[in-house]
Amino acid sequence: MQTKKSIILKKITVIRFLYLFVFIAILPVLTQAQDILGGQVRGNFQVDVQTYEPNSQIGITKEDINGEKVGMNGFGNFIYTNKNFTAGLRFESYLKPLVGFDPAYEGTGIPYWFASYKKDKFEITVGNFYDQFGNGLIFRAYEEWTLGYDNSVNGIRVKFNPFKGVALKGIYGVQRYYWVKYKDSDRGIVKGADAEFFLNDIFKAWKNNKTKIILGGGFMSKYQKDDPFFKYKLPENVTAFSGRFNISRGRVNFLGEYAYKINDPSAINNIIYKEGQALFISGSYSKKGLGITLGAKWIDNMSFKSDRFETGNALDLSFLPPLTKTHSYSLEAMYPYGTQPNGEMAVNAQVVYTIPKKSKIGGRYGTTLEFNFTRVNAIDKKALNDTTPIGAEGTKGYTSAFLKFGDLKYFEDWNIEITKKISKKWKMILAYTYLNYNFDVIEEEIESDHNIYKVHVGVADVTYKFDSKNALRLELQYMETRQDSGNWAAALIEYTIAPKWFFSVRDEFNFNNPQSNNTYHYYSAAFGYTSGPNRIQLSYGLQREGILCVGGICRKVPAASGLTLTIFSSF
Amino acid sequence: MKKLTLILLAVLFVTGAYAQDKKKSYGKIPSVDVKTPGGETFNTANISNDGNPIILSFWATWCKPCIKEMTSIADVYDDWVDETGVKLIAVSIDDARATAKVMPLVNGKGWDYEVLLDANGDFKRAMNVNLIPHTFVVDGDGEIVWQHTSFSEGAEMELIEVVKKVKAGEDISEQE
Repeated sequence: MQTKKSIILKKITVIRFLYLFVFIAILPVLTQAQDILGGQVRGNFQVDVQTYEPNSQIGITKEDINGEKVGMNGFGNFIYTNKNFTAGLRFESYLKPLVGFDPAYEGTGIPYWFASYKKDKFEITVGNFYDQFGNGLIFRAYEEWTLGYDNSVNGIRVKFNPFKGVALKGIYGVQRYYWVKYKDSDRGIVKGADAEFFLNDIFKAWKNNKTKIILGGGFMSKYQKDDPFFKYKLPENVTAFSGRFNISRGRVNFLGEYAYKINDPSAINNIIYKEGQALFISGSYSKKGLGITLGAKWIDNMSFKSDRFETGNALDLSFLPPLTKTHSYSLEAMYPYGTQPNGEMAVNAQVVYTIPKKSKIGGRYGTTLEFNFTRVNAIDKKALNDTTPIGAEGTKGYTSAFLKFGDLKYFEDWNIEITKKISKKWKMILAYTYLNYNFDVIEEEIESDHNIYKVHVGVADVTYKFDSKNALRLELQYMETRQDSGNWAAALIEYTIAPKWFFSVRDEFNFNNPQSNNTYHYYSAAFGYTSGPNRIQLSYGLQREGILCVGGICRKVPAASGLTLTIFSSF
Repeated sequence: MKKLTLILLAVLFVTGAYAQDKKKSYGKIPSVDVKTPGGETFNTANISNDGNPIILSFWATWCKPCIKEMTSIADVYDDWVDETGVKLIAVSIDDARATAKVMPLVNGKGWDYEVLLDANGDFKRAMNVNLIPHTFVVDGDGEIVWQHTSFSEGAEMELIEVVKKVKAGEDISEQE
């Protein structure tokens, strides 16, 4: 038995390296678009290979790697275009998936293919497609390769623009669920339609009006069979509706979307028979040198998946965008916030202001100040009666007051950033962030205020240019908190030779950890070579899971202990 | 076996010669619906600049190298426009989380670029962009003739060299 297994493992390793070899070998051939039958083939691919050593410090256990010392994620994407006709496919291979990616991805195949034809007012797509209605509150299908997320719809999509200013679309299909075929699963069938009207194009009198108005709306519906063995009767058809507007006039823009979903008992909402609602509004004012954005969002029981019992990061129909800032520096991004689909009330404000060039404070090149604030609270939920607790299974759950803040704080983020070019040779960015992170709510799904982390982060990012090609960048970060794993600091030195080479070394370390007297270091070194759209990058060391911006590229990275090789190209 | 080798060699030779003979091009800009900052639908096949070159730059509000690239270009953008008539279109791939913040950021930074919103990444996929920043140069005939991924300090000099050559109709096959 043992030998048989090891032979299979060996074979898999050989196959893996063969794939890699083929990818590298075809690279020069593919770097030019190819003409075929009067049409053109373009595409891209990426391969990430990591070697692992078990390391408890970054959460890579022996079980995670399961005797495997190598993980590989790869894809190749090909799009053929010939006048009005487009077809494409994406080959994906996870042997095995990198740590941090869902093990259900293990395998190789073509999970994405499509053919599309566009003529005059019509466009029809068969196969897999990505799309969203409005802001995505009731439907968004998308993929995020670096996060291992893909909820494409496999089916048919029709777009129709009967006349100028009117856009209609309809979709019908089933969503991707890793490699699981539709007939082997319980997931539902989804269908939806959306209409959008640009009033200035529709009404002639409005054509030259400075105020531009766009209205839209649609529905999304899923059909999933009831489960006869389940203790409650479940609705088989669940439909969500939404309406939206976008009004702009010169410097001012105002947009909003409201969504409503009929009762949809699910594993996420603890099988409650309550309707869902969401409201998303944003207003902005901007002119050269100043930009102000204010936003608010209210979510109540709005998880919407094409399988009611799915709890993971898959089969989402609704996209509930968090209002929080996406941080770019690793320690600022250590406590990220994700929307709580069962309910949250959030407000956000952002101001960007540039102190003009050649002014006293602005200096010779001007100085940009960015301020960002976000606050997220629970929504105001009230029990149905004295005997039923809030959210009790099999009930209508609770009642909620529209657009009202609850008492419990989920998250808060204060952030200020100063960007300044000091001289032709020196540039710098200084940032300070103060976060409140409700660990119980965000990670444990417990409504409590016992574990709210209070976190301060300071960042200095300084660049020195030796000449027009050579530059050195130093990034220093410091984080202080008395909760969780305590304080952190990070230093990065990066040398770039534009536009091709980069070399970097970094160390992130954890100290004053309340649970340990040790200081933990996460050393890593990397270099990369870029030629046009082709890039090869190699790094070695310990990497925490999170966002990483080195070598002039930003990406979300999984935890790593060992060697990481990334190759990608577009052609 | 010998015959097969010969045929293979011949095929390689022909394709090689063919590839060299051809003007380097990644084709026309694909036709994809994106949004303008005002929320109107805009088809990317309609991107044009009166026969002058275009820089298409894929970026996001959370991508520091992207913002550094656009800030570096902003310092010299007026000169670039005067010299070559070039237009930079900044394609934001921010999703609904930040689409409303894109224009206030662009204005707040004082950038004079045209902005398109690709909130669901449809244009990004059609252009085969892996990671951002990813920059394309489109010639006066609407052909994509050059592309580059990542940004390092000084890389904008390479970009303007390409744009100047494209404007003058010169060969850019040596430019990477």
